[in-house]
Amino acid sequence: MAVETSQSVTKAAGAERARGRGHRTAKNPGSPAPGRLRRALSTHWYAWSMVAPVVAVIGVIIGYPLARGVYLSLTDANEANVERTIGVNHIPATYKFVGLDNYTAVLTDEVFWNRLGWTLVWTVACVALSVSLGLALAVMLNRNIKGRTLYRMALVLPWAVPPFVSVFTWKLLYNERNGLFNQLLAGGGIDGISWLNDPTWAKVAVIAVNVWLGVPFMILSMLGGLQSIPGELYEAAEMDGASAWQRFRHITLPGLRPVSATVTLLSCIWTFNMFPVIYLLTRGGPGDSTEILVTYAYRLSFIVSPRDYAASAAWGVVILLLLSLFAVVYRRALKKQGDMW
Amino acid sequence: MVTDKTSTTGKVRLRGERSPLASVGLHLTLLTAAVIAVFPPLWLVITSFKPTNDAFDTSLVKNFTFANYSHVVSDTQFLSWVGNSLVVVGLTTVIGVFISATTGYAVSRFRFPGLRPLMWLLLITQMFPVAVLIVPLYNLLATLGMLNQPVGLVITYLTVAVPFCAWMMKGYFDGIPAEIDEAGRVDGLTPFGTFWRLIMPLAKPGLAVTAFYTFITGWAEVAYASAFMTGEENLTLAGGLQTFVNQYTADWGSLTAAAVLIAAPAAVVFGLVQRHLVSGLTAGATKS
Repeated sequence: MAVETSQSVTKAAGAERARGRGHRTAKNPGSPAPGRLRRALSTHWYAWSMVAPVVAVIGVIIGYPLARGVYLSLTDANEANVERTIGVNHIPATYKFVGLDNYTAVLTDEVFWNRLGWTLVWTVACVALSVSLGLALAVMLNRNIKGRTLYRMALVLPWAVPPFVSVFTWKLLYNERNGLFNQLLAGGGIDGISWLNDPTWAKVAVIAVNVWLGVPFMILSMLGGLQSIPGELYEAAEMDGASAWQRFRHITLPGLRPVSATVTLLSCIWTFNMFPVIYLLTRGGPGDSTEILVTYAYRLSFIVSPRDYAASAAWGVVILLLLSLFAVVYRRALKKQGDMW
Repeated sequence: MVTDKTSTTGKVRLRGERSPLASVGLHLTLLTAAVIAVFPPLWLVITSFKPTNDAFDTSLVKNFTFANYSHVVSDTQFLSWVGNSLVVVGLTTVIGVFISATTGYAVSRFRFPGLRPLMWLLLITQMFPVAVLIVPLYNLLATLGMLNQPVGLVITYLTVAVPFCAWMMKGYFDGIPAEIDEAGRVDGLTPFGTFWRLIMPLAKPGLAVTAFYTFITGWAEVAYASAFMTGEENLTLAGGLQTFVNQYTADWGSLTAAAVLIAAPAAVVFGLVQRHLVSGLTAGATKS
């Protein structure tokens, strides 16, 4: 599938150029080839105009804050020395440029490596669970079964509830003294578990909630992907006597590649940065046992006193670099297997 | 469960191939998953009908009451929050789906200078931790005079939703054979015409997913909404909901009732788009 796609794109691009030329000859027959820029413009103007709005929006809203964040990470800005207004007095900024000091501080800090370790465990566990559950459930939903629509509605329901709300619902269920889970355990004669106050259980609890939140999205994406696989492929495979497993392995999985590669990558990135679940459920606690890199960066700039904007920005930039590195490696791996962009 | 994953398009041919045992297993698995998926929201609904003091009571409704709902609707700014949210989310969805579709299509079909940087840009935008962006963005919107304006939130949500949607749409467009485009061109359609008249209708399942995703992004977003909109009457739903929870107490009654009222429209929108999710229009549209 992957190879096929890249061929068709190349083909389209080829046809594209051919048409561009044809178009121009039709317009001014017999005229010499125009300059390179004009040629590029006339070939690509619709591609460019189609992507222009997105580029503009992202450039303004992401570009500026990013530049600002990188700059802050190279200074010693904190709550006490940034530009601020107290009453009628306007106090100008007094922070200064400190070079890479913040980065050395982050990378030599044991806290960073501990948080990074847990962030990786959290990301891998969440993504592996939600992708495999999502794929399995999507394949089941894609079959002819009674009540398919009902099942699908039910399974995707967690997505229709705002995450903020869901997390609070889970908190209600996890509640140590009165929560439903512990009352059920008590009913079975088992001692209650302090779900959110025991370091290990808190980790299990946040992962469970995040998987619960993530699976519906996986199901929907995978279903969309499954439905775009031409049925003829299966018919042909059946005629050739392929077993169900072979059909799954050699048609379904490769056919899902464009969708599944994308959602896996995105899901890794989102989970790595999953602020609301951790923050709303445990605030990073107990202690800092569930604190991931992002919540720690947030804590630095909004909770600790004095608020350390520079260190927080440095953490943010480090997070960004880590994720970019991951994306590069992931893409390489895909490319080796013949996937493209 | 693993060994017999097969059918996609629901042709008759595969129906007879499942043993009764496999059917039972399939239904049991789906049923278990469905119960796990539905239970927390269901519990939320049940709790919303309990008096505030019974919020943690495990019994089903003992003292059934609508008090939470009437309190939320009549004593709070709930209705203006609904209005604000509808404006913001509606604009975000319409604009977002359109521009992510055009971008996704361009990225899927054309090889143009700037393609790879653009793909990277879309990917990297996903990596921005909200916690790090929010302060500089606040300053930027303040400079542009867009604080407390729906426009500010719409633009912010677009940057959150569009990169992903464009990426997703690229995946769907990749699945649509390029022969369709070629056929359109042979018949004399412009590139935009091909996109609009041929590809967009075929990509409906993908469009439905992106529309739903954009809708949910805006409908449920808390951090930006509560930072950029101030004053009770300017809040969106998610921001408004937070006013029921402060550091020390949570008004579980109002919270659950409001949450139910917020989740209901999302469920309705889902019901509307899921028709397109099922139809699988792209499957076998052309034989490649």
